Amino acid sequence: MPTVEYKGKTYEVDEDGFLQDPEKWDKDFAYYVKEEEGISELNEEHWKVINYLQDYYKKNGIAPMVRIMTKVTGFKLKHIYELFPSGPGKGACKMAGLAKPTGCV
Amino acid sequence: MANPTPKPEQIAAVDHKPPAADWMDTKPEFKPGMFLYAVRKESLEGVGQPNPRDWNPTDADWKLPADWKGIVREGIKERLQRFRSFQIFMDICVRCGACADKCHFFIGSGDPKNMPVLRAELLRSIYRGEFKVAGKILGKLAGGRKLTEEVIKEWFYYYFQCTECRRCSVYCPYGIDTAEITIMAREILNLLGCQIDWVGTPVNNCFHTGNHLGLKPHTYKENVEYLLDDIEEYSGVRINPSFNRKGAELLFITPSGDVFADPGIFTFMGYLMLFDHIGLDYTWSTYASEGGNFGFFTSHEMMKRLNAKMYAEAKRLGVKWILGGECGHMWRVITQYMDTMNGPADFLEVPVSPITGTRFQNSASTKMVHISEFTADLIHNNKLKLDPSRNDHLRVTFHDSCNPARGMGMLEEPRYILNNVCNNFFEMPPQTIRENTFCCGGGAGLNAGENMEMRFRGGLPRMNAVQYVKDRHGVNMLACVCAVDRAVFPAHLEYWVPGVKNCGVTELVANALVMDGEIPRQYNLRGEEVNDLREEVDLPPIQWPEEEEGGEPSEEGGE
Repeated sequence: MPTVEYKGKTYEVDEDGFLQDPEKWDKDFAYYVKEEEGISELNEEHWKVINYLQDYYKKNGIAPMVRIMTKVTGFKLKHIYELFPSGPGKGACKMAGLAKPTGCV
Repeated sequence: MANPTPKPEQIAAVDHKPPAADWMDTKPEFKPGMFLYAVRKESLEGVGQPNPRDWNPTDADWKLPADWKGIVREGIKERLQRFRSFQIFMDICVRCGACADKCHFFIGSGDPKNMPVLRAELLRSIYRGEFKVAGKILGKLAGGRKLTEEVIKEWFYYYFQCTECRRCSVYCPYGIDTAEITIMAREILNLLGCQIDWVGTPVNNCFHTGNHLGLKPHTYKENVEYLLDDIEEYSGVRINPSFNRKGAELLFITPSGDVFADPGIFTFMGYLMLFDHIGLDYTWSTYASEGGNFGFFTSHEMMKRLNAKMYAEAKRLGVKWILGGECGHMWRVITQYMDTMNGPADFLEVPVSPITGTRFQNSASTKMVHISEFTADLIHNNKLKLDPSRNDHLRVTFHDSCNPARGMGMLEEPRYILNNVCNNFFEMPPQTIRENTFCCGGGAGLNAGENMEMRFRGGLPRMNAVQYVKDRHGVNMLACVCAVDRAVFPAHLEYWVPGVKNCGVTELVANALVMDGEIPRQYNLRGEEVNDLREEVDLPPIQWPEEEEGGEPSEEGGE
């Protein structure tokens, strides 16, 4: 299983760098993804999205549909891409420690 | 991390010249973008499949079971006895070459092992080498070879580079169905735990939560409620569907991708509006919440286990029959396997449309009707109030999804619907549609994110045909009836044919539906302003009546 190291901590990730176990998430993992993504700093809006995603994941065990995420956070999809250049899945969900959805998607 | 995907012009410059070495002496290269990730251990464990472990296709050691050769030999032997088609397909190919250039993966990759004849030969050579006297003695001279770990790796690479679309079988003078060969090879690989994650994890999710994505009942319902809010915002109509309701006349089942991701959700909104429009007595199920069946890409047994829930739920709820949504392989499972696999479903009735009285005799044994058959019949009997001019900004073509076209023979109904709900419909060239349709390039579980180069290569022939109608007729919308298509096409179109969008047929139906009590339909189901879309294609704007009260959708809509 691949691992990444950041600030002396080791995280198990999948082939695409998503955290294997969302329970192992901590803020440093978010900062690790931030650096990978080339985002200069995490502001309140980033945290709003990350916190929302984690709350949703706790209730539902899956990432929210993009439609719900944009409605609840009040950020348009375009703005989500500005915050997370790799997009809601490969950017925001990865930073929040969520697993990738699979199937006809 | 993944390598950057090559540019379209790099991929389009395909070299079809085979390598100088004999095919038995070449090995696949597991290059990022061209292969799929190994299944997660937990996903195999969750459904009791063999040899769960952590492994990676790029590892030298695939951690096969100790007696893997015996397992493969026994696996082939058992299937030769069980499936006459398999035995025949192993014996009869005359290498005429009719199939060679028919595979989208061969066209898009130039890799000779993607010629259907050679894809089959990967397995036939083992059949000869291990089971036939001539092959055992003469080896390569008689087209046989020995079973090695390299063979297993080659199978994994190429049998997960076949979408089981069956285009090649249309051209084979013997009717050899390469999909059947791929199905057998995948079953045998599965005995060794050599499964891909994009198939294995959805299968595990589906078995435990009822759908591939793993949407739990409350999540499924909440997603639908969000879509209902959108419908109300854009059409002014509030719809209140039921879930898991006993005594409903019909159960409706569609792929879970359509209740989760763009652009499938717009098709889902279309179903909700259509059923409300005709006052259909139906229910959704949060248990049978998946039309697709990735078990079909694993083994016959897994397909059967997953298919069972749809009928179990129909029985539990006491519905008369099942209406099924725009899914691809679901219809092959239903049409070609269901009756003798989980059926007969004799506790259900032969489907009769409650709105038109039409009896769907073609579904007399499966008790399941395709939404396009159902909708075409509604239109034919004048049961829908339609204004096709609402889709005038669209110039539409139709992609025949492989399984509804070749697996159930549904060719006319979607075209009939499209011609009634929009005014600008154009066909792609005849050798690329109907039973000759080109695969989207991502079926049979290959619509993952890690194999984008392979997907783009496989999608090249279909996209080439889309480009043709875009250039010739200004086509800007590719309609289809499959959720895998809707997962695959948006990326393909952006890559190969920018400017063309993708939708389900029922999305266009709903945009043209004149709903009772609706507000002026200034927005389509995507939340886009119709006049903006009209302006893009030089159509005059529609003069909307004065707003009465807050008809302006909130800002966060749109894509």
